[in-house]
Amino acid sequence: MADSEKSPAPSTKNRSKSKDGELRVIGVPRRRVDARAKVTGQTRFADDIAFPRMAYCKLLRSPHAHARIRKIGTTRARSHPGVYLVLTGKDVPIEYGILPVSQDEQALCVDHVRHVGDPVAAVIAREELTAFEALDLIDVEYEVLAPICDPEEALANPEPRIHSYGEEGNIHKRVALAFGDVEQGFAEADEVFEDVFFYQGNTHLPIEQHAAVAVKDPDGKLTIWSSTQTPHYLHRALAKVLEMPPAHIRVIATPNGGGFGGKSDPFQHEIVIAKAALLLDRPVKICLTREEVFYCHRGRHPVLMKFKTGVKKDGTIIGMHLQTLIDGGAYGSYGVASTFYTGALQTTTYHVPRYRFEGCRTFTNKPPCGPKRGHGTVQPRFGQEVQLDKIAEKLAIDPAELRLRIVESSDTVTANFLRLGTVNLAECIRRVVKRSGWNEKFRKLPEGRGVGLACSAYLTGAGLPIYWNKMPHSGVQLKLDRGGGVTVFCGSSEIGQGSDDVLASIVAEVLGLDTFDIRIYTGDTDLGPVDLGSYSSRVTLMAGNAAIQAAERAKDLLVTAVAERLTVPKERLRFADGHVFDSAAPEKGVTFAEAVSLAEARFGTIGTVGSYTPPESPAHYKGGGVGPSPTYSYSAAVVEVGVNPLTGWTTIPTIWIAHDIGRALNPELARGQVVGSVYMGLGEALMEEQQFRRLPKKLSSAFVHKFPSMLEYKSPTTLDMPDVVVDLIEEPDPRGPFGAKEVGQGPLLPIMPAVANAVYDAVGVRIDEVPITPEKIIKGLAEKKAGRLPRFGPSHFPQIDWPEALRVPPPWEGGDGNAVNHPPRHGKPASQKEKVLTP
Amino acid sequence: MITVPVESRKSAHIRLTLNAEPVEVSFAPYKTLLEVLREDLGHTGTKHGCELGECGACAVLVDDKPVLSCLLLALECDGRNVLTVEGLASNGTLHPLQEAFANLGAAQCGYCTPAILVTAKALLDENPAPTRDQIRQALSGNLCRCTGYLQIFEAVEEAVVKIAEQRKTSTHG
Repeated sequence: MADSEKSPAPSTKNRSKSKDGELRVIGVPRRRVDARAKVTGQTRFADDIAFPRMAYCKLLRSPHAHARIRKIGTTRARSHPGVYLVLTGKDVPIEYGILPVSQDEQALCVDHVRHVGDPVAAVIAREELTAFEALDLIDVEYEVLAPICDPEEALANPEPRIHSYGEEGNIHKRVALAFGDVEQGFAEADEVFEDVFFYQGNTHLPIEQHAAVAVKDPDGKLTIWSSTQTPHYLHRALAKVLEMPPAHIRVIATPNGGGFGGKSDPFQHEIVIAKAALLLDRPVKICLTREEVFYCHRGRHPVLMKFKTGVKKDGTIIGMHLQTLIDGGAYGSYGVASTFYTGALQTTTYHVPRYRFEGCRTFTNKPPCGPKRGHGTVQPRFGQEVQLDKIAEKLAIDPAELRLRIVESSDTVTANFLRLGTVNLAECIRRVVKRSGWNEKFRKLPEGRGVGLACSAYLTGAGLPIYWNKMPHSGVQLKLDRGGGVTVFCGSSEIGQGSDDVLASIVAEVLGLDTFDIRIYTGDTDLGPVDLGSYSSRVTLMAGNAAIQAAERAKDLLVTAVAERLTVPKERLRFADGHVFDSAAPEKGVTFAEAVSLAEARFGTIGTVGSYTPPESPAHYKGGGVGPSPTYSYSAAVVEVGVNPLTGWTTIPTIWIAHDIGRALNPELARGQVVGSVYMGLGEALMEEQQFRRLPKKLSSAFVHKFPSMLEYKSPTTLDMPDVVVDLIEEPDPRGPFGAKEVGQGPLLPIMPAVANAVYDAVGVRIDEVPITPEKIIKGLAEKKAGRLPRFGPSHFPQIDWPEALRVPPPWEGGDGNAVNHPPRHGKPASQKEKVLTP
Repeated sequence: MITVPVESRKSAHIRLTLNAEPVEVSFAPYKTLLEVLREDLGHTGTKHGCELGECGACAVLVDDKPVLSCLLLALECDGRNVLTVEGLASNGTLHPLQEAFANLGAAQCGYCTPAILVTAKALLDENPAPTRDQIRQALSGNLCRCTGYLQIFEAVEEAVVKIAEQRKTSTHG
């Protein structure tokens, strides 16, 4: 082994200098535990797995955006040489979905296709090409229905209905929440601002296409390997659709080749190959094409939003009213949660004493939207931060100064009853202002150059599980063996973010080891206790806290045994550099392996568990389940732009960002998460968009994805990426493991509004829409030249029949987190009581 | 008559040098180098993200030049020299690029990493002291969705320093 495999750690010779509370692993920039596998090409992704006798699956997908299936003929496909099996909807008819309230998907559509790409049949064959060829031999008779193309069409056309559930017509979900009387706030305000923004949808575009392999085990049970971020939820969906006891299903989440939220739903292809493997009694693999990945989607919801905000002359916010109209695509997915998320976090950055939120998600005949990095909070954050820039200008207050005046403080309970943890947003703002030279640049750079500032907050893990229960959100088991080995078992899934390294570093820190000494088994429902999955930036805090508990429990056992052997008081024992020793006499000690042996002799086999359940939220009202988190991260960013006034082309030389992370467990990886978030935000700000179009009549008039390919779905390359100056603000939050808060999603959020604000500083044009393309800038400049409002963006927010708002008085009006009224419920959810089979 | 699916007809046959080792392989003639590497030669280190030449994840070196293996028929590789990520390390020692990528956070999910590593190697073999802009240019065909590229640039620059140091040591030694 090359010595560089070990992460650089303080030398053993320093043991005598070891101080109480000094961290040896946490906070040290380290090679991540899985780095060697990644740079040698040995990380085993789902499509790298192969078995003898393995068959291949291909899905036949709908060419129509909206249609009834009249008939499916599979005879020709079945008799094609090399074809083992053809499945259709009736073979796997049970509905499922990620949320209990929207069990609206089928692994293969039975009688209704809802978007181009909806799967209707599957071929399983000896070779992949054979399966592909046989798709052409399946005869499907469709009755084409009129597609619903956008939310306004959905509001105007209750028929044809995309789903038979939901509120009414093609409205999936409407929510209305009122925290205090915003109208009174507007009456008391010195200025009231009303702005409409549009945030276009975009997709995750992980470089790895979704892939999975299912095997009927020799004992008759099922194992599936899949590039999923949420093995636990896939486990549940498989048990439901296959009508099998979960105990007979093993889900193994392979390391994901990028996820970003796009691999968080149970997918049709996973269920189909599991069914096929059971029927055929042979391994079955599927790997989606890039085009199919675009159809799986679950990406950023397109959101039209209206912000009405009342402020005092000094910038104090008096009231805010937000309305969102959300394009959900063809299925529920996480959409009900996404709807609430478009209104949940507006109160977490700045003090908002009265807040009203109304959100409406419609179904449309497009690939389903879902959670993408920043889930639902990204779109309204864009509107809020751009509007704040407009407010600052009108009030003649520097935008940074305005924000510093109104930032929310630590440990606050907000108007909508979110309990904040540490809030170091002010420090983030001060840091980027200083580092960027903001005061020398803002409104002072020559025409065509500008700077913009924006801020944000994000969850460190959803406070409630997807299906409500009182069980832990994350569990960790440790096995210590007498050779000194420590093995960590956890259901968490490694999607590239470094969750395995988090577990290794925490356990290594507590037990005085090097991360290389730790073995990690994650993402396997047979081996590890449940972790809910890699979503909502929850893993570092939740699995991390569970790991601390398990490691501390193991440490207690070792301490007891070693203290007896050395006749040293327990409190004096320290764990460092692979040794357990007396802090008063560091030469007196045993190796870690000896310590385990002593403990094993004293207590028997050494294994411990840890678990984590988030604290109860003070938000008791219906809908209050979305938004609570153990703590929130904060970010501030300054973006500098150059805008060519002739072409509208925008270049970005530098971005400064400060992120309130609590503590960086591995600063190298933390910085990578910040820069990666900035990159993805920049893609959304400037170029990434899901666009659809109707084909010309002679080609079928179908409503199709405009460019389901990587070539035409533009994303930033090495040539587009600016320098990014990252500041990690480290003030440990006691709620996080070693004080850590999230870093994987939050730093994306300020980028889009900061770019918009910088473009305004550069050329005096407001682009109230994402992405900010050259075409839109030129149109805005033309408006400016013509003496009209120098703006490009949506002109109106449609009339929506909102339900009566649930009224929840904020804490400062004596509210206790409960609603004071009981509006009637609309519609009914597509939920069924879940039956969990026991073996 | 027995009808054999087209993919099973391994009628094509080539010899090539793969990671400094002579190999022979039989495969269905329509297969790309990417497919033959992954499916017929068991070298799964090379990845795919689109199989249309758009993402760069399948890059390998053919006769020392970066090539998108999803666009190259394996039949065209007879007698040629192919290097994949599996051939970067030698005698159990990681290539300085691999060391730097591992140490500096240049691989997050690691899916685009094999292709970026071999592409960077081709750059450094030709230009041992590239500027940041030259690195950007050389890697502009490789999409990465995780890192935002900066730590990749830094790792390549770190490898440049390490390789120069190694050369110095070997000429002096």
